[in-house]
Amino acid sequence: MNRIDQKFQEDHKLLSIYFSAGHPRLEDTVPILKNLQAAGVDMVEIGLPFSDPLADGPTIQKSSTKALRNGMTTDHLFSQLEHIRKDIHIPLVLMGYLNPMMQYGIEKFCKKCEAIGIDGLIIPDLPVDVYHDEFKTLFDQYGLYNMFLITPQTPEERIRYIDKVSNGFIYMVSSASVTGAKNTFGNTQTTYFERIANMKLNTPTVVGFGISNRETYETATAHSKGAIIGSAFIQFLEEKGVAQIETFIRSLRE
Amino acid sequence: MNYNVDEKGYYGDFGGAFIPEMLYPNVTELRESYLTITEQPEFKKEFDDLLKVYVGRPTPLYFAKRLSERYQTKIYLKREDLCHTGAHKVNNTIGQILLAERLGKTRIIAETGAGQHGVATATVCALKGIECIVYMGELDIKRQAPNVARMKMLGAEVRAAESGSKTLKDATNEAIRDWINNPVDTHYIIGSVVGPHPYPDMVARFQSVISEETKWQLQEQEGRDYPDHVIACVGGGSNAAGLYYHYLNDKRVNIIAVEAAGKGIDSGESAATSALGKEGIIHGSKTLLMQTPDGQITEPYSISAGLDYPGVGPLHAHLFRSKRAEFISIPDQEAMDWGLTLSQMEGIIPAIETAHAFAALDVRKFGSDEVVVFNCSGRGDKDLETYIDYFKL
Repeated sequence: MNRIDQKFQEDHKLLSIYFSAGHPRLEDTVPILKNLQAAGVDMVEIGLPFSDPLADGPTIQKSSTKALRNGMTTDHLFSQLEHIRKDIHIPLVLMGYLNPMMQYGIEKFCKKCEAIGIDGLIIPDLPVDVYHDEFKTLFDQYGLYNMFLITPQTPEERIRYIDKVSNGFIYMVSSASVTGAKNTFGNTQTTYFERIANMKLNTPTVVGFGISNRETYETATAHSKGAIIGSAFIQFLEEKGVAQIETFIRSLRE
Repeated sequence: MNYNVDEKGYYGDFGGAFIPEMLYPNVTELRESYLTITEQPEFKKEFDDLLKVYVGRPTPLYFAKRLSERYQTKIYLKREDLCHTGAHKVNNTIGQILLAERLGKTRIIAETGAGQHGVATATVCALKGIECIVYMGELDIKRQAPNVARMKMLGAEVRAAESGSKTLKDATNEAIRDWINNPVDTHYIIGSVVGPHPYPDMVARFQSVISEETKWQLQEQEGRDYPDHVIACVGGGSNAAGLYYHYLNDKRVNIIAVEAAGKGIDSGESAATSALGKEGIIHGSKTLLMQTPDGQITEPYSISAGLDYPGVGPLHAHLFRSKRAEFISIPDQEAMDWGLTLSQMEGIIPAIETAHAFAALDVRKFGSDEVVVFNCSGRGDKDLETYIDYFKL
């Protein structure tokens, strides 16, 4: 069974963390993963940096740019992760834009992910219909899940379609925005979270974008299976460093 | 082979809409309505009227006598440089503002490199009294001060793109992010035949007035409505798309695209995408683009800010791959020299982008009976400072 499905059967809310591989320092990838797992994080999205991350806000743009300057490449990330499954047992998802994957070669990329033990991918600029027509067979062949995003503007019919073709989880973008931390969620967000919860989808949902602290984490998980924190974690890493990761995670859950 | 877009938004292998889900509603709305709206008689009438009385169309098709004598062929210039705001860009912004109005949008965003598209967008927003925000790379804001001032005079807000390389591609990223953040009330006026479907086709249609006029103008002057060659510069490729449009499927017409070689194709400072680019995804479109082996998009270079885009519209990528068009690239120096040549032989000071196209005359031989139409896409006023520095005028 895919580690993501296994994890989602656990009877508690899930905390997932996103970070840009190669940031703050090139060789931080494995230490970050180890510390996140030790701190009790349920799942990690490893960001494959891209020069033009058009769905991302300033924090992730900067961490991507810095990671690239530090020398991060697809090959280098794969070499860092080569033996990762000796230490890490939680689900690992690679999140990145389509172009670097295309240049690596989609099949070669999938093959490498399977060999390493990557459980799924999130590719923000790969629309669900293109995935379905051109990529799904290959992803299935290598046991990779591909997760899709929905937003407050996604029409109900399309959400139903995404639910039907999804595996793993549906990534609920909290508001009409690029990535980035917010301090609170308003009524618009809670109404949207409730609306999606009431749709009784088959695929579990995880909320991302705009989650930064315990308050937003709790609002987000009140109506979903879990939440993803990216920008706020990246800011913390930059200020406090890899060794302090546990403090950050504890602040969200206690 | 058909060179128009197919129902899925592809030109051969290129095009499509590789967009984040956040943009799906906006792009879908546009895709589902752009043809219906632009084909309404009432839309067409307002579009045609504005092109006539506001933009100054039809632009002349001018027989360049001295140039023709020197190169022993028949050279015509499609004078898009005479359009209001100084270039063909306004054909597209007029079309898109009318579309935005009919979609009920109250806020316009745009990206700009050299500032020509920004000015053309700010102009039509002023015309319609609609809020306008133009994203421009921080470096370009410094390099193109007169156009920044024009946009401000026209009432637009110019926002600096401070991410990445701080130029056109980053301004485009910022505009896309703005659209993600404002999905309901905002229309994004893209300035070239780039971006996700339907943009490349929509912009090409608005620019197609260039070849539509060329056809009847040639009929009047040459007794036939097609030339032997059409030649235009290509950055993203909107002026070229406009000149080629009605000749795409007419095999009697040879298509020549001129890219900017910058300091030379192998210099590391170039914008010749067809020579240096590989298939990939940029700004929501599958096309040829300049990138590292790892798939990171690289910064192009050309002395002309309007040609230094790391990609090329998917139509042009298709014309290149299918060999329908001949692609040549011209270095800075030759383009600059042509800026002077055209000024002194025909009394027309071209934009540096436009000057690239004319340099094809030194690369290609044309027969004495052949009719060659150049798109004189923009005037050189905006480039005076570059010309002054370069020629120590």
